[in-house]
Amino acid sequence: MTKTLFNLLWTFTKIGSVSFGGGYAMLPLLERELIDKRSWVTKEQILDYYAIGQSTPGIIAVNVSTFIGWQRAGWVGALAATLGFVLPSLVIITILAGVLTWSGDVPTVQHALAGVRVAVAALVLSTVIKFYTGAVKNKRGLGIFALTLGLSFFLGLSPFLLVLGGGFFGLILFSGPAGEEGKK
Amino acid sequence: MIYLELYWEFFKIGLFAVGGGLATLPFLYALSATTGWFTPAQLADMIAVSESTPGAIGINMATFAGFTTAGVFGGVVATLGLITPSLFIIVFIARGLEAFRENTLVQRGFLGLRPAAVGLIAAAGLGIMQLALVRPGAESWTQFLYLPQTGVFVVLFWAIRKFSIHPVVFILIGAVAGVVLGF
Repeated sequence: MTKTLFNLLWTFTKIGSVSFGGGYAMLPLLERELIDKRSWVTKEQILDYYAIGQSTPGIIAVNVSTFIGWQRAGWVGALAATLGFVLPSLVIITILAGVLTWSGDVPTVQHALAGVRVAVAALVLSTVIKFYTGAVKNKRGLGIFALTLGLSFFLGLSPFLLVLGGGFFGLILFSGPAGEEGKK
Repeated sequence: MIYLELYWEFFKIGLFAVGGGLATLPFLYALSATTGWFTPAQLADMIAVSESTPGAIGINMATFAGFTTAGVFGGVVATLGLITPSLFIIVFIARGLEAFRENTLVQRGFLGLRPAAVGLIAAAGLGIMQLALVRPGAESWTQFLYLPQTGVFVVLFWAIRKFSIHPVVFILIGAVAGVVLGF
């Protein structure tokens, strides 16, 4: 049991330290580490976990790690896999955040960060466009998108409230067999 | 106590943030407004670092935000807070995998939830664009935008859409442009 847990922890630490971006970017790594090398899960299982991981709250990569850990060794397995996955982030980000905080007053660093913000603005905008095509498939979806955007940006309404509102309107507006209605 | 507050705030975010990548961004934006733990400008730096390093973006941002708020232990606490709801929700769902996926109420709820989640990220994105490109307190429309920044923004946006290379490349280009052009 201890060996299984250590294995889970170590495997997910490795995955967490080489996967950039999480989410689907992690899929090829999971395939190599968990299917090819260890035969812990099947490809179908991983894809199932992704489907659920996306349709539940929380970070997708964490949800998938939790699933695989649970399937290998129950509760403690879920904990071991998830902690393993976040461990590299904790170390790397703490070091970088420390360096940035420490060097934040240097004028060159400030100019560089102002430029970085411009790049981040462009990256976020392109992410929104990419997500938009996947999430907004009809006029009702467009309505929910536009309303949430406006209420958040102009009125500063709480994102918690707006997420609940989105789910609520989804239940009301997309009545009937969910799959078919959603495609219209 | 700051650590308990951090844990609780990030626990809530883990419970409500749906979708990948930048799903936690709107919540962090709201958190910066209500608590003043970090500024929107620091938030933009967090995105840059989080997209340029290994690990899930949401986790990286939580560690960074927690660190900025309350040091090394703050980063740990925020990250643990963010993943706690996942552990409970996933382990609970793992028992009834198929039933959850095929539940029509869940499916319908998500048809509304996803557009709302993208709307929230779009609003946070507009906030960052404002921060990076708009001159605060501009007196006329001609002064509204920082022109060099806007030029770099347009070029980078075009390049991001055109070439599928790692975000760290664009972030580095932005940093160099910032130093050379003196943003």
